Amino acid sequence: MSATSEWLVSCSIPRVASWEAGLNNRAKLNMNDKVVVQCKDLRKTYEGKVEAVCGLNLTIYAGQCYGLLGPNGAGKTTTIEILEGLLEATSGTVEILGYTWLDHPTALREAIGISLQETRLSEKLTVRETLELFGGFYRHPRPVSDVLDELGLTEKADAWVGKLSGGQKQRLAIATALVGNPRILFLDEPTTGLDPQSRRQVWDIVRRFQSSGGSVLLTTHYMDEAERLCDYISIVDHGKVIAEGTPAELISGVAGHHRVDFALESEPTVSAELWRTLPGVGGVHHDDGVTALTVEEPHLTIPALLALVEQNGWRFSQLTTRQSSLEDVFVNLTGRRLREE
Amino acid sequence: MIEQPTEIINESRIPAAVVNGRWTGYRMLLMARLKELFREPEVIFWIFMFPVLLALGLGIAFRNKPADAARIVIAQQSGAEHVAELLRHVHSEQPLKIEVLPSDQAALGFRLGKFDVEIIPQGSAVEYVYDPARPESVLARSLTDGALQAAAGSRPTIPTSSRVNSEPGSRYIDFLIPGLLGMNLMGSGMWGIGFALVEMRQRKLLKRYAATPMRRRDFLLALATSRLILMMIELVLVLGFGVVAFHMRVVGSWLSIILVSCLGALSFAALGLLTASRAQKIETVSGIMNVVMMPMWIFSGIFFSYERFPVIVIPFIKLLPLTALNDMLRAIILQGSPLSSQAAPLAIICLWGALSFLFAVRYFRWI
Repeated sequence: MSATSEWLVSCSIPRVASWEAGLNNRAKLNMNDKVVVQCKDLRKTYEGKVEAVCGLNLTIYAGQCYGLLGPNGAGKTTTIEILEGLLEATSGTVEILGYTWLDHPTALREAIGISLQETRLSEKLTVRETLELFGGFYRHPRPVSDVLDELGLTEKADAWVGKLSGGQKQRLAIATALVGNPRILFLDEPTTGLDPQSRRQVWDIVRRFQSSGGSVLLTTHYMDEAERLCDYISIVDHGKVIAEGTPAELISGVAGHHRVDFALESEPTVSAELWRTLPGVGGVHHDDGVTALTVEEPHLTIPALLALVEQNGWRFSQLTTRQSSLEDVFVNLTGRRLREE
Repeated sequence: MIEQPTEIINESRIPAAVVNGRWTGYRMLLMARLKELFREPEVIFWIFMFPVLLALGLGIAFRNKPADAARIVIAQQSGAEHVAELLRHVHSEQPLKIEVLPSDQAALGFRLGKFDVEIIPQGSAVEYVYDPARPESVLARSLTDGALQAAAGSRPTIPTSSRVNSEPGSRYIDFLIPGLLGMNLMGSGMWGIGFALVEMRQRKLLKRYAATPMRRRDFLLALATSRLILMMIELVLVLGFGVVAFHMRVVGSWLSIILVSCLGALSFAALGLLTASRAQKIETVSGIMNVVMMPMWIFSGIFFSYERFPVIVIPFIKLLPLTALNDMLRAIILQGSPLSSQAAPLAIICLWGALSFLFAVRYFRWI
C-alpha cells in the first residue's frame, strides 16, 4: 500500500497555494501537488425546493482516490454528476484540471472517464463492440484489447452484453470509462449490488488505475470499501460534508481507535455516566440493548469494565472488542447507521 | 490568451496507439445501431416481414377474380319453382346461385347475409327483398330482375356493347402496395427512432453517451442513416413483392420513388424523434406514438381512398404527412408522374420533417 502511505503524507501539504500554482506552472510541480478537481460551495436545488447539495467543498489531488461516503439520498450522486458535467449546479464553482464545464466541455469529456450508478449497456452488442463504440468517441482511446485484458474481460470479448453476470457488467461499465484513456475516473457506487469477489475485482481495477497515475473520485455507502480503497474521504449527509480526512484520521478523530460492545443480562438500568468513569473511555453509545464504548486503550478499559460488572453482580450476555471503523464514525456523527438496507 | 485546452488535457497518461478521426464516432454509432437492429428478431419481423405478409393477405383477399355469383334465395311458395326454373335457364352477365327454401329460412338466410337477395313469388308477380346498403344486394336485385324480364321476353330498347378492362394498375393491390409502403415508412420511422431513443434514455445509455466526447449531432446523424439503410430494404422488399407476386407495374422512375421514400423516412424519423424527445418511459412514448399515428392509419388512404371521407375534411387529411407520402408514392408508382408535379405534398412532408426536427432538438432530453 505504498500509494496510501504517500497520500497520508501529501494530504498534509498546504493546499490552496499548490492549487493555484498547479494551474499556472504545472510542469515544475511534483505530480502529487496538482489539484485535479476542485469545487467550492456547490449547491443544487431541485425545482426550487429540495436542496440535494448544500454548500459542498471538495479538492482532489492528482493520483488520489477520493471517496464520497454517505447514506442513500445524501447527495453523493448529485455531486458527482455535477462534477461530471451532466447536471448544472444551482451555484458554486467546479474546476477540473483547471477548466470549467462552461468553457471547455469537450476537452473535459476527453479527459475524464465515468461510470454512472446505473447504466444498462446495449444487450445485443458484444463486449468488444461496446468498447470499440465508446473508444470511437475519444480522440486518443486505448486499444480495446489492452482494456479487455486489464479488466479480465478477454474471455468474454465476443459475448453479448446481455449474457454477462452482474460483476462482469460492472467491469464492462468501468471499461467503457477506461477505454477513453482518462486522467480522472468518476465512479458512482461502483460495487453496489455486487458479490464480494466481484467487489474485490473492482477494487483491484481502481488501484491499478491509480497506480498508473490516474485520479479517482468514487461514491459509496460501503464503509469497508471507503476504508480500503480511498486515500481521502468526505462523509456526506444531507448534502453537506460532515467530516473529512484520511480513513485513519477520521477513525481516530471521531470514533477512537477501538470499540468495546457489550450487553448485560436482564439489563439493569445503568446510567451512561457510570461507563464514562471507566479509564480510557472516550464515548458511550447505547443502541438496541448493546452498549458501545469508544476506547483509546482497551488494555486499561477492559479489566476495569470486568471488575465493575463483577462488583455489581451483573452478568454479560455479550462482550466483544474490535477496531473502530468508518461505520462507527458515521454513527457517532449522525446517530444513524449508514446502510439502512 | 488561454493555452490551447485540448492539447493540455489530452496529454495522455498512457501513450495512445490510435488517434481517432472526425468520423470515427459516427461510424461506430452507425455500425452498433445496425448490428443491434439485425440482432433483434422482432425488428426483422415488424419492419420486413409484416408489410409483406399484409400485402400477401390483402392481395389474396381482394384479388381481382371473376365476380362472385349472386346468391339468390326464393321463398317456398306457389310459383317458386317456376321462378327458379326461369332464372336457371336465362343467360346472365354474372352467375346466379339459386336456392329454394321455406319462407322463414329464406328470410333468416337473407338477414344473416347468406343471400344477397330474397325473392317472394306472389302469383305471377314477384317481390324482391334487398338491402340498399349492401352493394352486392343491390347488384343481385338488378341482375335477377334483368334476367327475369329477359326470360319473360323483354328486349333492350337501346343497343349496347361492352369491353373488358382489368389491366395491372387499376386493381386493388396496385392501390394497396404504395399505401403499405407509406405506412411501413411511417411505422418503422416512428418506432425505429422513438422507441429506440426512449429505451436508451430509460437505460441511462443516453446519459452515458452524453458524458463522453461523442458529438451529439453524430448520434442523431447515425440514427438517421440507419433509418435510410433500412428504408432501402423495406422499399425493395414491399415494392419488389408487389412486382413479383402480383405483377404490379412500376410506371414512374425508381429515382423519384427512392427520393420520396428517403424524404418520408427522414420526416417520420424526425417525428419519432419529437415524440421521444422528453419521454422517460417506453409506455409513455408508445402511447404518444399511437396517438400520433392513429389518425394517419385511418385517414391517410392506406387501405382505401381518403376521397371517401366528407369533402369538407379532405383538405385537412391532405395536410397529414402520410397522406402526402402516399399520394406521391401512388402518383409516381402508378401514374408515372414526375417529381416536379408533386410540389404540394413535397412541401408538406418537408415541413413536417423540418419542424419536428427543430422542436425535437430544442427539447431533447439526454439525461
